[in-house]
Amino acid sequence: MNGLTGIVRDTWLIFRHNVRISLRQKAGIVFGVLQPLLYLVLFGPLFATIGTWETLIPGLLVQVGLFSAGLSGFGIVFDAQAGVLDRLRVTPAHRVSLLLGRVLAGSLTLLIQSITLIAVGYAFGLRATLPGVLLALALMALLGVGLAALSNAIALVMDPDAFAPVMSTAVVPLVLLSGAFLPMSMAPGWLDALSRLTPFRYVLEAIRELFVGRYATMTVVAGVAVTAVLSVVCVLVGTRVFNRENA
Amino acid sequence: MIKTSALSKTFPGGVEAVRGVDLTVETGEIVGFLGPNGAGKTTTMRMLTTLLRPTGGSATVAGHDLITDPKGVRRSIGYVSQSGGIAPANPVGEELELHAMLYGMRPAEARDRVAEVLGRLGLTALRERPGGALSGGQRRRFDLAFGLVHNPSLLFLDEPTTGLDPQSRAVLWDRIRDLRDGVGLTVFLTTHYLEEADTLADRLFVIDHGVIVAEGTPAELKGGTGTLDDVFLSITGRSLRDDPPGGEVPGGSQPAGVTAFEARVADGTTEGSGAAGEER
Repeated sequence: MNGLTGIVRDTWLIFRHNVRISLRQKAGIVFGVLQPLLYLVLFGPLFATIGTWETLIPGLLVQVGLFSAGLSGFGIVFDAQAGVLDRLRVTPAHRVSLLLGRVLAGSLTLLIQSITLIAVGYAFGLRATLPGVLLALALMALLGVGLAALSNAIALVMDPDAFAPVMSTAVVPLVLLSGAFLPMSMAPGWLDALSRLTPFRYVLEAIRELFVGRYATMTVVAGVAVTAVLSVVCVLVGTRVFNRENA
Repeated sequence: MIKTSALSKTFPGGVEAVRGVDLTVETGEIVGFLGPNGAGKTTTMRMLTTLLRPTGGSATVAGHDLITDPKGVRRSIGYVSQSGGIAPANPVGEELELHAMLYGMRPAEARDRVAEVLGRLGLTALRERPGGALSGGQRRRFDLAFGLVHNPSLLFLDEPTTGLDPQSRAVLWDRIRDLRDGVGLTVFLTTHYLEEADTLADRLFVIDHGVIVAEGTPAELKGGTGTLDDVFLSITGRSLRDDPPGGEVPGGSQPAGVTAFEARVADGTTEGSGAAGEER
């Protein structure tokens, strides 16, 4: 089987397998989306008195992205400890497929969670444009690929016991600095400047623009560019870590 | 089937885990790779199975160069690691089918092959069980199924019976012998059970401090006197279950007992050990 066909086939096999595993763990998907839904239900009505649902829900999407795809590397910790990873690495499957299959499954989980959040958001009063929602979901899927690749890479190099506490702690400031709950334009200068150093602000601002039907703005271009670059870099880093120490 | 020349592995930080291993394994042999904890057994096996990149020397595995054709090696070998490789939450049959398809089998072919291997190993009734619901002996037999599902010509087994009760161990030995006798499989296994090495292996390599210190059939090594335990103690100066003096990965000097052993082994194997020593 030639290179690209083989990579696509192997990626599909690993992706399908990981999706099956995720679907069996329904509690994981439900609880993954429960936290942003709680924000939606318990914080949304309060936020709606000073802002709009089109501002809040993109923030919750970035939050769920960071928590869901950002922590998806947890699975590889178990697989490494159980010997599953070594077993797969000794097959002739393409190494990049072993990573990409997992990462795409993580991204699909994020996509399902995002759709759920948007659907519930509509019940509360979200009125985003359909093309805007579809483009935002595409952006979320791309972000999911990058974050899941990075998460898997970190999981492979970090002490397994440290992964969950370190990552869940690291995600909190990233969510806050993205402006998920309040636009960072309201922040003091130093916080605004710090926020601009994180990629998630650009992703979030692009989704907010898309939700209100502004598609061809510099904010959207910046958000798409940052997400694309972040994802490519994270996949390259992930592949490099995954291939480390192998013949 | 396996030929290595001065195969070495030095980890970052300068720890020399394997210091020039020369060994040859013929087709259809069951070869035991014996050594105490930290002697370099697993590191050598992980190099031969493409999981670790050697830092020196060369090797041919199942007709493929380890360095330039690792994918060819992977296509031809089966590998069962110490920890196995069974996901606790998934049905093992499903995992096995995925494993088979990663070797290029189509879904129907993979299903047939999985059914055949499970039948051979007496595991058919357990294929829908999640890995976490299997007993230790059942898990180890499933591990063997993962190593065999693509019909390899060479099987690597890393400590295949560690943690098993004597009955499960004997069952696994029988399965391994059946495979060699039935399909001509070559088996390279690490163990620190002398009884396992004595019972199962046609030939043994003894590794200590990262170098081969002895080679021969169990009978040759025992030399008609004593047990493998006595022989091992005289070669390495320590029991097979001792922890290495400097930690998990060896890095010390050539053990003292080699000279005594050289007098006993008449096939020149110990020259290999000498060559290995020059690699350091």
